[in-house]
Amino acid sequence: MIVPTMAEMMAQGKQPEVLFWVGAAGSFDDRAKKITRAFVKILHKANVDFAVLGTEETSTGDAAKRAGNEFLFQMQAMMNIEVLNGYKVTTIVTADPHSFNTLKNEYPSLGGNYKVFHHTQFIKKLLDEGRLTVANAVLEGKRVTYHDPCYLGRANDEYESPRDLIKRLGVNLTEMKRHKSTALCCGAGGAQMFKEPEKGDKDINVLRTEDALETQAEIIATGCPYCNTMMTDGIKFKNKEAEVEVLDIAELIAKEI
Amino acid sequence: MHYLPNIIFALVAVVGIGFFVRNLRKVIRNIKLGKSVDRTDNQSARWKNMIKIALGQYKMVRRPISGILHVVVYLGFVIINIEVLEIIIDGLFGTHRVFQDVLSPAVYGFLIGSFEILAALVFMAVIVFWIRRNVIKVKRFWNKEMKGWPKNDGNFILYFEMVLMALFIVMNATDIPFQAGEIGNPISQFVAPWFKSLNPETIHIIEQSAWWAHIIGILIFLNYLYYSKHLHILLAFPNTFFANLNPKGQFDNLEAVTKEVQLMMDPDADPYAAPEEGTENEVPEKFGASDVTDLNWVQLMNAYTCTECGRCTSACPANLTGKELSPRAIMMKTRDRMEEVGKNIDTNGGEFKEDGKQLLNDYITPEELWACTSCNACVEECPVNIDPLSIIVEMRRYLVMEQSAAPQELNMMMTNIENNGAPWQYNQMDRLNWKDEE
Repeated sequence: MIVPTMAEMMAQGKQPEVLFWVGAAGSFDDRAKKITRAFVKILHKANVDFAVLGTEETSTGDAAKRAGNEFLFQMQAMMNIEVLNGYKVTTIVTADPHSFNTLKNEYPSLGGNYKVFHHTQFIKKLLDEGRLTVANAVLEGKRVTYHDPCYLGRANDEYESPRDLIKRLGVNLTEMKRHKSTALCCGAGGAQMFKEPEKGDKDINVLRTEDALETQAEIIATGCPYCNTMMTDGIKFKNKEAEVEVLDIAELIAKEI
Repeated sequence: MHYLPNIIFALVAVVGIGFFVRNLRKVIRNIKLGKSVDRTDNQSARWKNMIKIALGQYKMVRRPISGILHVVVYLGFVIINIEVLEIIIDGLFGTHRVFQDVLSPAVYGFLIGSFEILAALVFMAVIVFWIRRNVIKVKRFWNKEMKGWPKNDGNFILYFEMVLMALFIVMNATDIPFQAGEIGNPISQFVAPWFKSLNPETIHIIEQSAWWAHIIGILIFLNYLYYSKHLHILLAFPNTFFANLNPKGQFDNLEAVTKEVQLMMDPDADPYAAPEEGTENEVPEKFGASDVTDLNWVQLMNAYTCTECGRCTSACPANLTGKELSPRAIMMKTRDRMEEVGKNIDTNGGEFKEDGKQLLNDYITPEELWACTSCNACVEECPVNIDPLSIIVEMRRYLVMEQSAAPQELNMMMTNIENNGAPWQYNQMDRLNWKDEE
């Protein structure tokens, strides 16, 4: 794929329209990398002038902050802000709600002020502006349910952009009993992704997967690489891999362009 | 001797209200044990929140059954208390139903009539509440933090309300001239016949006793608030006013840390610089919270405001999957510790005497703190905008930054971020590999 970096752009004296913040999961996790590529496919299709930081990108520090390590978070944040400000970045899009949240809400008071989009908001904008069109070819009539990532939904009150995108695909969107502001966490937030859960009687991702399975959906759509991992694990745990797929909204859109 | 009842009434009222004010001042003193935090910005949004959420009960009705019942009790309680004004005037000046003469009988009848209907509705709602707690056993009233006092407290409040409402109706039903007026007695007219067989004098005594019991009951209830979860009827208002207005995902950036990090990253900083004159003995600011005095005053007010309804806990993913964490218990434990600190200050002449205890470990365990997914479900659910998550995060900060006591896997994650800029052990130089794969 052709993915320009900010350094290359700068060398050519160009300033891209938007910086794509890939995030650690999107850069390294095999499943999340597919989401990253799907989103880049969309950016290409819509002729978006974008770039990534590439090897100059480093952790936003979000997971460290949720774990309580404010030092590490602020160190990461200040390093990132220096790089971002150095490249005069004004607009950022990311497919990770955790990066979205921290870049949008927690970087400004440390000197990083950017217009930050979650990729579902950005894709919606592309569609609304007519820069991108979707067909109803592959997914039409499929039964889809949407899992709200906490850091997009409750944390930032963004419930509609992802749903708007799903509805445009001609699918049958069926809500889980807990959705939007009452959605149940997938179990990865607050740095839980990186540790074993405390003792209890069930794993959170299994409980959430049960919510999703109740809807009889063929596809569980989500907008977060960590939610994706948790839900995929939940589906495996329930032995439903043959019947149910967990896909990012970017992957759904990429199928229809 | 003619004025004896009036004098007794004045005494009872002064003692009742005075004692309450004394305790209320303790509540305020305890809240002020918290650190300062500025919540005076954006006044219009704050007033709007208070009107919508506290006055308007907007978040209560997200759960329609308990929500609507609560609105009934809330409205009933607020409106019927207009009657208390009359009771106080009557009590102080020896009048009887003073508003009957001030207002026209029709207006007065309408008012008392609506109070009676509300009182009956409150009575019924409270019975449903009692059934939900004790017969249907709604799960959130039976979590493990709801044993003993918290469980009894919930029921006592319901009994109080039942008795107060019943006394109000009995008082009206046994007021013979009032019943004879046949106005404003839509409910009590059905109760009045129960007393028919008694002679008028006995009925009058019952009326007087109900009147006294009603006002004394209200004063006792007022004083009960301080010892109970029921303080929310007052604190819900400031609590919603001073609540966080930022997006829920935004955690504050610790300023003390910012200073240190800026110094660390400043190439011109002198690593050998002596501390500024006069600052040598300053204790560096503690990071995070291990006790209630490390929390801010809004967090402490949150703890007093919590009425232990458990909506937070019933939405908490950790609690739903059997983990130790319960956001309601976080609030209850914070209040318990705060009250312990307050009592300590009272018994030691205004000075806190070290008691070898703290909020962390003695009340809230690291196991609870580490089970949180920071999903904000508890914050979203709270009908009065309490924020248990902010307390959890403050305490995690203490564990990590003061004690280096994070779970092993999290330490690995953080080391990875420090060393290679990702929570996993991947090579920073491989960050862009995805573009050439597939």
